[in-house]
Order: sequence, then C-alpha cells, then structure tokens
Amino acid sequence: MTRSGLRGLRAAALTGTLVLASGAFAAENPIKLGVLEDQSGDFAAATIGKVHAIQLAAEEINKAGGIMGRPLELVTYDTQSDNTRYQEFMRRVLQRDKVDVVFAGFSSASREAYRPIVDQFNGFAFYNNQYEGGVCDGHMVVTGAVPEQQFSTLIPYMMQTYGKKVYTLAADYNFGQISAEWVRKIVKENGGEMAGEEFIPLGVSQFSQSIQNIQKAKPDFVVTLLVGTAQASYYEQAASANVNLPMASSVNVGQGYEHKRFKPPSLKDMYVTTNYIEEIDTPKSKEFLAKFKAKFPNEPYVNQEAENSYLALYLYKQMVERAKSTNRDEIRKVIAMGDVCMEAPEGKVCIDPKSQHMSHTIYLAKVGADHSISFPKVWEDIKPYWLGEAGCDLTKKDPMAQYTPSNPPPKP
Amino acid sequence: MDIATLAFSALYQFGDAFAFLVLSACGLAVIFGMMGVINLAHGEFIMCGAYVTAATVHAGLPLPLGILCGTLASAFVGVLVELLVIRHLYERPLDTIVATWGLSLIATQGTLILVGSTMAGVGTPFGSFQVGAYSYSIYRIVLFVAALAVLAALYALFNWTRFGVLARATIQVPHMAAALGVDTRLIYSLTFACGAGLAGLAGGLYAPTMTLVPTMGATFIMEAFVTVVIGGADVFLGTAPAGGILAIVKSGMTSWQGQLFGQIGLLIAVIIVVRVLPKGISGFVLRERT
Repeated sequence: MTRSGLRGLRAAALTGTLVLASGAFAAENPIKLGVLEDQSGDFAAATIGKVHAIQLAAEEINKAGGIMGRPLELVTYDTQSDNTRYQEFMRRVLQRDKVDVVFAGFSSASREAYRPIVDQFNGFAFYNNQYEGGVCDGHMVVTGAVPEQQFSTLIPYMMQTYGKKVYTLAADYNFGQISAEWVRKIVKENGGEMAGEEFIPLGVSQFSQSIQNIQKAKPDFVVTLLVGTAQASYYEQAASANVNLPMASSVNVGQGYEHKRFKPPSLKDMYVTTNYIEEIDTPKSKEFLAKFKAKFPNEPYVNQEAENSYLALYLYKQMVERAKSTNRDEIRKVIAMGDVCMEAPEGKVCIDPKSQHMSHTIYLAKVGADHSISFPKVWEDIKPYWLGEAGCDLTKKDPMAQYTPSNPPPKP
Repeated sequence: MDIATLAFSALYQFGDAFAFLVLSACGLAVIFGMMGVINLAHGEFIMCGAYVTAATVHAGLPLPLGILCGTLASAFVGVLVELLVIRHLYERPLDTIVATWGLSLIATQGTLILVGSTMAGVGTPFGSFQVGAYSYSIYRIVLFVAALAVLAALYALFNWTRFGVLARATIQVPHMAAALGVDTRLIYSLTFACGAGLAGLAGGLYAPTMTLVPTMGATFIMEAFVTVVIGGADVFLGTAPAGGILAIVKSGMTSWQGQLFGQIGLLIAVIIVVRVLPKGISGFVLRERT
C-alpha cells in the first residue's frame, strides 16, 4: 500500500471516529428509568410481564423520538422476589445510576421496604400494582387499582348474587391483612356477616385444614386474597375436595393467570375485579395485546400489572413533556392540575392529584367451568376516592405515610 | 356434629400432614440422615420429579406412569450429581452445603430460563367423597397410603435385601466394607440415587395438587429437614415416628388456630425434641435397644 493510501485510510478512520463521537454528542442526555421488578423467585410468574411491558413502551417511545427529544434508557435489575434486594437496588439506582424515575415493586411488603429509601434520597417512584391502598406519599405515583375500586364493586355484587355470609382467606402480610380489613368493612356496610377469616403465611402450599375450616363455617362465598405461586395451590386442592363455593378476589386471574395454569374446572365461579386482563374485548385492548405478542410471542399471559406498567410510562412521558423537566416538584405541579389523563388499553384513566393514585375502568371477570372468561359487569371511571375523602391531600401536605380504614390520616 | 365425623376429620387431617412430612422427608432421610450429606438441593430434586411427571402426563402418559418417569428422572439426575459433585465432598460435609446450595440455585434459575415461569397443572384425579358435613379429596388418601408404602418399602430395602445391608455397612465403616470386597463407590452412588429418586417420587405424587413453578421445591424443604433432624439417622425408625409426632402437632394446631400456629407448633415441637433427644428419635430408640 502506498504512503498516500495509508494516510487516506488513517484520515478515514479518524473522521469515522469523529462522526461517531459527534453523533453521540448530538443526541440529548438520555432520561434514565430504573426498573426493579421480580424476574425470578416466587412472584416471577406475575411480574416478568411488567418488565416486558416497560420494554415495549420504551421501544415505542424511543422510535417516536423519545421524551422531549431525549431517548429513554432502562436500568433494569432483577429483585428476585426478595425485599432486601429491593432496598439494595433502590439505593443503587438512586445513588449510583442516578435515574430520573423508578418503576418498582410487586408485593406490598417490597413496596414498604423500598419506599423509605425513595423518600430518604428524594427519588420519584411509580408502583404499578394493585394493592391494599392508603399510600399517601408525594414521592410515589400509584397506577394500580386499590380496594375502593376493586372491593366496593366486587363485594356488593357477590353479596347480591350469592348471599351475605363471607369467608376471607388471605395471605398473612400487610397486603392480605389490610385488604381483609376492607372486606370486613364493606361486608358490614352492606348488612352481611363474616363467617370466618384465616391468614396464610406466604409460601404455604398445603390447604386441607383450611378447606375444612371453610366447610365448617358454611359461607355463601369465599374471598381469596392469596399471593404467590405456592399459595395458588389452594384452588386445585379446594376443587379436588369439592368445596364448590363461588370465590371472589382482587388478585387472582388478573395477576397470576391461574385460569390458564390450572386444569379446569378448579377455578370455576371465581369472580375478579381487575382493570385489565388480556381477554378484554375492546379495540384498544386488542391493539395492545397484538403489539405485546408481536414483540414477546412467548409471553404466557398479559396481566393487569403489565398494562399498568405500559400505561405508566406513557403517563410519565406526558408529565415530563408538560412540565418540561424531569424534576419531581415540576412534575407534581402538572399532576396538581388534575388533568393528567390518557386513553389506555383498559379505557380512559386519570391521575387523582390528592392521592397520586389513578382512576380505572373496573371489569368484573367471571371464570367459567371451562376456564373461559366472561365479563358480567363493567364499571367505568371508578375513582380512587378513599384517601382524598379520608384527608390525604398531596397538593397541600406530604405525610409520606400509609393509612388504613382503622388508621386514617389525622384530622387537621 | 357427631363424634364419628369429628374423629374422621381429625384422622384425615393427621394423615394429610403425615403424608406431606414423610414423603418430603424420606429422600432426605437417605441422603442426609443416613449418608450425612447436607443436601440443600433436595427441593430441586422434588421439583424435577414434579416437572417430569407433569410433562409426561401432558405428553399423554397415565399419571402413575408419569410419576414413575419423574422418580426415575430424579434418580438419574441424582447419579449425575453424585458422580460430578458429591463424590468429591464426602470428607468435607460442610462444603456439601455450599455445593448443593449452588446446585439448587442453578436448578431453579435454569428451569425458569428453559421452561418458563410456570407449567400447566395436570389436575387432581379421583374426585371427592362426603363424610358428615365435609367433603374430602380421595387423592389425599392415596397420598397417605403412598407414604405408608414408601416407609414399608424403605424398611424392607435396608433390612432385608443384600443392597440394603451393603449400603448400611458401607456408610457405617467404609474401609471395612471396601476390605471385604464391596464396591463402596457404586454403593454410595446407588444410595444417593435412591434418595434423589424418593424426592422425585414426592414431587410426582404432589404434582397434581400444586402449582408447578421453579421455586416449588422450597415449600417442601423446611418440613423435610425438620422431620429428618428430629428423626435421626435411621431412615425407617426415624422418619416414621418423627412424621407421626409432627403431624399430630401440626394438624392439631392448624385446626385449632390456623396455618400460622400450625407452623409455630411444628417448630416448637422440633426445638423440644432436639433438646431432649439430641440424636433424634431413632438415636433414642436404638440406644434403648442395645
């Protein structure tokens, strides 16, 4: 090779690097999104879809030009269904990775494990999960459904349809305990009675004695608030013992797609209030499902948490673009206007400024004997009203606390 | 409610708890109780049995054959694990904790990656029957009978067969057994495979009644270790009475105060038994005998 040719090559190489470098500089700083979800461990079945939904939304947003022209970058860690991992990774994303926002958490125990860290480091987190309600914290936005949306629709329907004696079988941690308190309250308000209650430690998989306790109490229906894959063994065991009682739940089907995993008819007559499941037969829902399956053809099920996570990213995009900043205080000023809404796969949703929770379309899903899903009832635009009515107003004061019906916000 | 109904329900709950304790524990009783290998991957052998059972049933085999396949698959994996890992660690019992724990992590995560987060169930066979006000699952009775059969088979195997005698001799005084011409390596392999196969059998038997997920082994492991620890070194004389005592405590406490107290009662019973009988129940029985 001649000397000039060599020089030309070197020049080409040099300009090449320059072009690359200038290309990198031309792009805006990415907006960093921390993703802390369980991709292994006891909750993985319900939560891998959340990570996929976030990846799908991020890809769509980046293809369409990012947020305010800035690309979205995901910083993902597997929290392994372990509360201490949440604390470890929450510190890491906030301190080392310096993310702008975090989407985190499945179980309420994990949320309460990481929430003080978000408060301490002044972070901003989205909890995209249905839960027992009551978190009044300006550092958090909750896109999942809460008891006044799921139980105040479900329990009266069940009591009218089947009768007034109710038995609750719930997971023994904050979610199950507080949700059971809500069931008790709503049953009492509607003139029913509790035939019994049992709390099951997480990880328990054998239910013979619990099944017998239920048969002894002779309820009209059973509220099952069982969490995790081990506890899901209840349905198969209850069906094989021929318990044959209708069931009502805020967590099953919509999260763990038990109707797909168990052989029919073990979930027969299970009623669930959920804001999304893949069987919902609307054009918006079908379009979302088609996009999801195109990117993740092996996804076993698209559950409500996947939809919550997907729409949460679009809501965040809208908030940042209206605030023209990723600063949390600026974003909260936008939330305070009370018109952060979008057309989500489930229908129209809006963020309530007082509680920073979200209104939902609530679908009553009924599992048939062949495990097909029908929707006997749909409630549109159900607001997360309880916190606001009880006295939580994040536009005025940020107590960073969780409240329950028996422990409401202090009266001013 | 009459006495007979109450008595039957108490008996059924006892049998159910007994079956769960004994079936989860018997594989571990061979590997940990007898051979002294602290096998933290016991739950994953159970999971392996359950997965193979479910897969073969989905492929069209009848359930009993599926359970047989699950048992054999676990036993085969047991042989591999013994050859590749455990064999080199018999002199270092504490290191087996780390090695088997690592194996269990690899197995759980590997299954999650290869097979996915869940597997469809196969449905519980046989239906239900009614006694008084309660209805019961027939399959639970089958599990109880299976637990008794496994105990009887283990007793026969280790007391009446040549393999059983050689296995006990090899594990008690390995160099004497070797001097008398026993292939101790082969005996160790076969005994480990036997334990792994029993774990697979437990998985196969419980597969129709449970959620099939990679972490399902974890729900067996506490009960398994507890039963073996209080049972002591002898597979039959330990596991059977330990299962009986713990089942009475667990089913009694659960029916009285619910699942949480069932677990608390179980662990308190263990603390008391270990405090009073440090060598376990079988250690106590055998000392009395000599």
